[in-house]
Amino acid sequence: MGLFNLFRRTKTFKHGVHPMAHKEQTAHLAIKRLPFAPKMVIPLAQHIGAPAVPLVKPGQEVVRGEPIAEAGGFVSVPMHAPVTGIVRSIDQLVPTAAGPKTPAIIIETYEASRQEVLYGLEQDLESLSREALIEAVQASGMVGLGGAAFPSHVKLLPPEGKSIDTLIINGCECEPYLTCDHRVMLEQTDKLLAGIRTIMRATGARQAIIGVEDNKLDAVSKIREKLVKDDAITCEAVETKYPQGAEKMLIKSLLNKEVPSGGLPVDIGVAVYNVGTMAQLGELIPQSRGLIERVVTVSGPGVSKPGNYLVPIGTPLRFLMEQAGSSSDANEVIVGGPMMGMTVASLDVPVTKGVSGVVVFKEENEDQKNRPVYPCIKCGACLDACPINLNPSMLGQLASVRQYEVMETDYHLKDCFECGCCSYVCPSNIPLTQYFRIAKAINRETKAVAA
Amino acid sequence: MSKKQKKVVEIRTSPHLKKAISVEQIMRNVVYALLPVCGWSVFQFGISAFALILVTTLTCILTESLFCKLSGRPNSVGDYSVVITALLLALTLPPGFPLWMAVVAGFIAIGLGKSLFGGLGFNVMNPALIGRAFVQAAFPVAITTWTPGFVTGRFVEFIPSSLALPFMSPVNTDVWVKQHALDGFTGATPLALQKFEHVTVDTIDLLTGMVAGSAGETSALLIFVCGLYLAFRKMMDWRIPLSIFVGVTLISLPLYLMNSTLYPSPLFMMLSGGLMLGAMFMATDMVVSPMTAKGVWLYGLVIGLLTVLIRLFGGLTEGVMYAILVANALSPLIASVTQPKIYGAQKQEAES
Repeated sequence: MGLFNLFRRTKTFKHGVHPMAHKEQTAHLAIKRLPFAPKMVIPLAQHIGAPAVPLVKPGQEVVRGEPIAEAGGFVSVPMHAPVTGIVRSIDQLVPTAAGPKTPAIIIETYEASRQEVLYGLEQDLESLSREALIEAVQASGMVGLGGAAFPSHVKLLPPEGKSIDTLIINGCECEPYLTCDHRVMLEQTDKLLAGIRTIMRATGARQAIIGVEDNKLDAVSKIREKLVKDDAITCEAVETKYPQGAEKMLIKSLLNKEVPSGGLPVDIGVAVYNVGTMAQLGELIPQSRGLIERVVTVSGPGVSKPGNYLVPIGTPLRFLMEQAGSSSDANEVIVGGPMMGMTVASLDVPVTKGVSGVVVFKEENEDQKNRPVYPCIKCGACLDACPINLNPSMLGQLASVRQYEVMETDYHLKDCFECGCCSYVCPSNIPLTQYFRIAKAINRETKAVAA
Repeated sequence: MSKKQKKVVEIRTSPHLKKAISVEQIMRNVVYALLPVCGWSVFQFGISAFALILVTTLTCILTESLFCKLSGRPNSVGDYSVVITALLLALTLPPGFPLWMAVVAGFIAIGLGKSLFGGLGFNVMNPALIGRAFVQAAFPVAITTWTPGFVTGRFVEFIPSSLALPFMSPVNTDVWVKQHALDGFTGATPLALQKFEHVTVDTIDLLTGMVAGSAGETSALLIFVCGLYLAFRKMMDWRIPLSIFVGVTLISLPLYLMNSTLYPSPLFMMLSGGLMLGAMFMATDMVVSPMTAKGVWLYGLVIGLLTVLIRLFGGLTEGVMYAILVANALSPLIASVTQPKIYGAQKQEAES
């Protein structure tokens, strides 16, 4: 299995899978602005951490870029108005991709407005202290745009006794179909580098490495062109392999270090940021503006106008799919990439800060056909796929007899980050990843009850 | 536009993509890989081998269907794994094996070796070898009666023992063999010749199958090539045969160097008897082999070592079957001591 790895040239990690990339559909398409939807839905909890607290009242007029909600704590970020319009409601429950309904601010767009961002103030970054920079990052409402939606400023402040030595900028985009990070690296190279330099200053990191999968070598050379001599920023190509863009995998590939089990990258002096996050920070921080739009790849066999769209945060999926020409036989709409993303139950779900792609499948797709589930034949394909080196087959068998605690104590269930490689390769079509999600949820519940 | 949106969206869990390979495909490809070996067997031993393969296949399929019905499971013949068992079983039996005994072997293989455990994926030992081990114990004479290959008229005439009636004393094939065999055929396999008479059969004959032996084990080269096909399609773990060969070499090379008249060379060990078939197709049975990387090597080494030990120092001439069965039984233990080290594990232990 690993015979060919002997001759590999690019940096990589062990195991993982090679799904069809399907990136040709959108990789060549420049980022295009999406029109403004007539109604914007901004959930207050679209990031990890405490929900934001509304600053506006129903009936109030808001200007594009104006803060409409403030951070609800340190691990929280403010929200900004994505359009100029009028606030219709501030606590309406809306569906989200994750399932449960959450309160959201609804803004009706003024159609006549020119939708210019008038908010913001030029600020001289050089004069700002580290603390002020971190505050500025929080004020921008920035979260990890790669999909995790973790507030960016939190990672800038390492816990007592730890420091950040190396920044890793994640430009892998290992999910099939998605090309938004690729386009950002090509079209917003200067902003990307500006963002990285700002964050290096905020963290005191000695070096920054941009990791890009080797199917995007044009982005690598574009970035390298802009680097100065003896730059603290470098750009490295890594093997095209899923899940190369998982932070633990990318750290292993680039630095050959492992994040301790149960720990965070900061434990080994590393912080990982997505290229999209950096590019947005590079644009927003100097003008002290807020995050109001992001690049979203809309792709898949179910849309006739796939592309990389600059989408205002809060645009309902229904509007986005109409613009992208979704076909009538689309039967599955995935928010995020097809390996780790979630299918939505309703097209009223809005685009949030963490949405990097919308992939639409049609019924005829081979992958969508129901296949029978066989018993585990112990082929070991999942062991050869698991990037964390778990034993998914064993975990799956334990899950089927509900030995959830054994899974955690003896087979490292908690180290699973649900990349989906095991389910992807399983010839028996066993939904292993889903088993593990359930097991983790039940273990959490049991612990909560016990406590 | 608004009308279009009234469609049904499906909720699924990630990952939303799936690798195209399925259990049924893997099993079908193993069958494909075995077909040339079966073809060679029929060419060498004629209609008797053909009937043997047919009979075990039918028996296994019927047994599987019967047990599925009895236990209320959906019929699982469609996953092709039962065909693999049937073919492997036929290939490990002597070409002139009485057909009614083959029925017993097939029934035991699927019934006792597989279905009683719960079917595909739950058996602890290779079903084909369970069946063979059973008939080895039940019919010790018939299973060690070897007949020559390439006899004239083999495509129209059965080897007389094939058609023996159930529960009758075995048909003596000596007369028939004397009539049909070329001069010098002793009815002994290369392993028996080596063990009892210290006559080593030519390597070329072992490779091409110009020797006596079970229906499908004679041509080591053909079996090796068929196995390679599976390995290249990643439907077989190449580390298992390799580690078996390493295991065989590790023990037989020192012995051979000490006394080359008494002990055969490692090459002879690998090419003779059922080792090639066992290493390529039976030890690699996914269900009963360990999955962990270290476990696979350990498992193969155990098979290699045991095979040589049984062959050279045991009462039997051939030991592959028992070696694999013992390793099968050991594989849960092997798996439990070779769990992979997870990403980031060592560091944490060092810290705590």
